[in-house]
Amino acid sequence: MNWPVVAPLLIFLAAVFAIGFYASKHIQKAPLFLQEYFLGSRELGGFMLAMTMVATYGSASSFIGGPGVAYTMGFGWVLLAMSQLVTGYFTLAVLGKKFAIMSRKIKAITLVDFLKERYHSKWVVLLSSFSIIIFMFAVMAAQWVGGGRLIQSVTGVSYTSALFIFAMAVLVYVAIGGFRAVVITDTLQGIVMVFGTLFVLAGVIIAGGGVSNIVGELVAENPNLVTPYGHDLSLSALYVSSFWILVGVGVVGLPQVAVRAMAYKNSKAMHRAMIVGTIVVGFIMLGMHVTGVFARPVMPGIEVGDTVMPLITMEVLPAWLAGIVLAAPMAAIMSTVDSLLLLVSSTIIKDVYINYVKPDAKERVVKRLSITITAVLGLVVFLMAISPPDFLIWLNLYAFGGLQAAFIWPIIMGLYWKKGNAYGALTSIIVGVSSYIIFDVLWTNPLGMHGVVLPVILAFIGYVVATYLTHNDHSSQHRETIIKFWSA
Amino acid sequence: MDDEHSKTVFDNETSSSDFEEDPRYKIANREALIGVGIAIANFLWWFLFAYGLGSKPVEEYTYILGFPAWFFYSCVLGFIVFSVVVILAVKFFFTDVSLEEEGGNGE
Repeated sequence: MNWPVVAPLLIFLAAVFAIGFYASKHIQKAPLFLQEYFLGSRELGGFMLAMTMVATYGSASSFIGGPGVAYTMGFGWVLLAMSQLVTGYFTLAVLGKKFAIMSRKIKAITLVDFLKERYHSKWVVLLSSFSIIIFMFAVMAAQWVGGGRLIQSVTGVSYTSALFIFAMAVLVYVAIGGFRAVVITDTLQGIVMVFGTLFVLAGVIIAGGGVSNIVGELVAENPNLVTPYGHDLSLSALYVSSFWILVGVGVVGLPQVAVRAMAYKNSKAMHRAMIVGTIVVGFIMLGMHVTGVFARPVMPGIEVGDTVMPLITMEVLPAWLAGIVLAAPMAAIMSTVDSLLLLVSSTIIKDVYINYVKPDAKERVVKRLSITITAVLGLVVFLMAISPPDFLIWLNLYAFGGLQAAFIWPIIMGLYWKKGNAYGALTSIIVGVSSYIIFDVLWTNPLGMHGVVLPVILAFIGYVVATYLTHNDHSSQHRETIIKFWSA
Repeated sequence: MDDEHSKTVFDNETSSSDFEEDPRYKIANREALIGVGIAIANFLWWFLFAYGLGSKPVEEYTYILGFPAWFFYSCVLGFIVFSVVVILAVKFFFTDVSLEEEGGNGE
């Protein structure tokens, strides 16, 4: 075993456990269990808010998949990746204070709580809970596979044991520590991600003899690598721009990101998080993807994209530093799955169990159940990730876009359009998700754009049309809702 | 009923006359629009530099700090410029309000 590389990973795991135990102390003391366990009692400060948003959003693809594609495609893929800069400020500015204020008015703990109070529709609640559980489950399983493979490639232990180590680590601190443990570990993981990016970028620039030299070699190999169009000129301006929806502004619609916009302490925290988040997400995305491109002349001939990052790290950095850098993708994966695990468990407990199965459940029962469900969920994902069924892989491909298409308008219009009603929200969810999947099967990249763009537009039209068609239905209840959400 | 069709997403609607709208929402709506504005400017900066300078033949490319000029302006400088824009926007246009219930007297 390569101890200098493994040691930082072990220290990292130990730190993560310690945080879990620290956070579990808060849970014992907190007056409102659910609010503490799933939302950290709304005490998030600015720096942590920024870090948890970036770390939750930045996943295996930012550290492994993305740089691997950049290695093949060249600067065009870095350009595409930089559309993610907008997520640093846009999500918080748009959901912003309104989401935070409204969720306090109605005491919402989950995104589905918000939708439930805003639309008063059993179907909106069940459909959105169902999409969150199904899609997130698939994403988690896929990320765990990534985490297992990474540990396997770095330490040399078998895939199943690697997966076991990874799963246990995440499971324990999320189950016992809840949201507070998730955001504190996310902050630690975010810091690891920033320094990992810095070290590997510096390492690859030095190894390649400076930026000019590296770019010169890229031009000599294939001039297309330094254009915005990709090594084979396959990246059109329209296609690359359409990623501003998928990985840029559309991130507003991701439940795991949106829920963080109800957890911060005060408006100062939000202001600070916009600044820190923008700088951190921009730095990581720029740094990691440029590293991917620069790795090409330094280490030519890597066949499998996902191995570019681990290989180049081991090549250009001394072993102990490589260990720190390789902890970064592990941190990225962990910080994504921990949030998803908690999100799925909050959906099951709060949105389904307490809403429809047992509204009068005692606090003690809810407490035990929350921790148990979180742990059981983690175990199920672990078992699935040992040999992931094709169905899960298939779902994972649709998860990101599917969730955006489902939730973006029910959230945004729910916040900013008083007329918006349950029929609009339902239509939007159904049209968004189904058209996304149908388009992807029948018409890949419609009109030369990424497959998520048209469904998001259709979901918007669906929301507005259905709202107008049903405008007078339930008007007294609708008025009550408006007053509850909007009045001073 | 005619005016209904001219409504936009961010308006304050007619029916708000019979209850007092939370005054903090005015601030929140304005800040959301600022966020949208920055995002549009960010997109234009990114797009125009990338494809304005990058669509030339590679032989005519100029380089800044070793990077192709289109990439330097669009992605590297764009990142720095929009970080500064966000800092300034937050400093000068974002208002500190209480998020707690019954606007203003939380905590």
